[in-house]
Amino acid sequence: MSSPVLDVQGLAYAYPDGHQALYGVDVHVHQGERVALLGPNGAGKTTLVLHLNGILTAGAGTVTVSGLPVTKQNVQEVRRRVGVVFQDPDDQLFMPSVRDDVAFGPANLGLKGQVLEDRVRDALDRVGMGDYIDRPPHHLSFGQRRRVAVATVLAMEPEILVLDEPSSNLDPASRRELADILRSLDVTVLMVTHDLPYALELCPRSVVLSDGVIVADGATYDILTDDALMAAHRLELPFGFDPRTVRLPSAG
Amino acid sequence: MGAGHGHKLHYHGHSPIHRLPAHVKLLALLGLMLTVVATPREWYPLFAGYLAALLVVIALSRVPPTYIAKRMVIEVPFVVFAVLMPFIATGPRTEVLGLTVSEPGMLAAWGLLAKGTLGVIASLTLAATTEPRDLLTGLEKLRFPNQLVQIMGFMMRYLDVVAEEMRRMRIARESRGFQARNVRHWPVLARSAGALFIRSYERGERVHLAMMSRGYTGTMPDTGRTKGHP
Repeated sequence: MSSPVLDVQGLAYAYPDGHQALYGVDVHVHQGERVALLGPNGAGKTTLVLHLNGILTAGAGTVTVSGLPVTKQNVQEVRRRVGVVFQDPDDQLFMPSVRDDVAFGPANLGLKGQVLEDRVRDALDRVGMGDYIDRPPHHLSFGQRRRVAVATVLAMEPEILVLDEPSSNLDPASRRELADILRSLDVTVLMVTHDLPYALELCPRSVVLSDGVIVADGATYDILTDDALMAAHRLELPFGFDPRTVRLPSAG
Repeated sequence: MGAGHGHKLHYHGHSPIHRLPAHVKLLALLGLMLTVVATPREWYPLFAGYLAALLVVIALSRVPPTYIAKRMVIEVPFVVFAVLMPFIATGPRTEVLGLTVSEPGMLAAWGLLAKGTLGVIASLTLAATTEPRDLLTGLEKLRFPNQLVQIMGFMMRYLDVVAEEMRRMRIARESRGFQARNVRHWPVLARSAGALFIRSYERGERVHLAMMSRGYTGTMPDTGRTKGHP
């Protein structure tokens, strides 16, 4: 296999108050893969995400993005390469119009004029929100806001898209629409979630983070059907959901 | 969340007043206010003139006068104070409708009421005919410090979010049987306000994280349209 887009090795981190969140995490994601990062609440998922684009700096271990180590010096380039979509779109959309919000990232990269405008339109079209370009974000529905949040990051043309709980608070229709969009995008995705059916639907491979270490890494189907593993790490399938009987949409 | 379209103070329209550039309207408002405040309160006919001018502007903007009138309740605390003035002020007394009131107090009350009302009508007219976003652009054109415009922009963006959060907290309180009926209930409201403050502060931190994740380095980039270059 080629060198991974995202390579996390031995990552450990303790918060300033002494609480240790990560104890030596190893994760790698290759070009074009869609990987789910599963884990119960408090497993350290969000802490891990904040390391991927250099918001937090590793206590020990390394994070490398397409061969570039995440350090203070190249944090700007790392943030272009790693696009993080946060859980609450209200945190991510802070500009007066959808256009300005999507333009914010690429404008920080120095894009201007027509190039910038094209980037914005292209990113919005990819999430099916092109018609809403002049609307203020807070007038959109929650599902629409989440899609615009994805576009704000796509506009930076990242090498890997990191989504924190992409399906949370979405109604089933918005959830499916977002899944269709994510499947249609031609980017590498790391999806942090405890929505196991969503992981199975979208990600052929899963990594399980529990108590600050990676406890499993393999095919999503194999992980979800490993009852002992699931029970040991507080991962539970929703009532009535059995991965063995699900017919998956053709792998994208 | 489902906030309505436009702002609560904004009345959608396409009149000449609506189309006027925001910075022109801002300057006009500022000019009018300075003139009104500087006018001695004994020059009664001039105040009638100001009011007439404002009414003409409102008529031109085709904003229904009742729309402005309803929103003038914001002035009520000042009206109460103005009404009290003739009774509490000192100085020579005079009889009005069988009540003994202070003459300078009457004059002060008139001044406060007239100038205040003109200010409120003028500001409401500006708000009714100008999108908040255009106001920011107007301020920027008037070379208002960029940081302040940024702060106001964020305030406008998150006003609805915070108001909604406040509404949810109130519903949650009332669902558990709480009603703020008298002063003894105020500590609960104060704690709610504190919680709201902390939540908003934490949201500020998360927004900042999200901004940094998209390459923010301390200055707002030029995104082309609504902000930045005129």
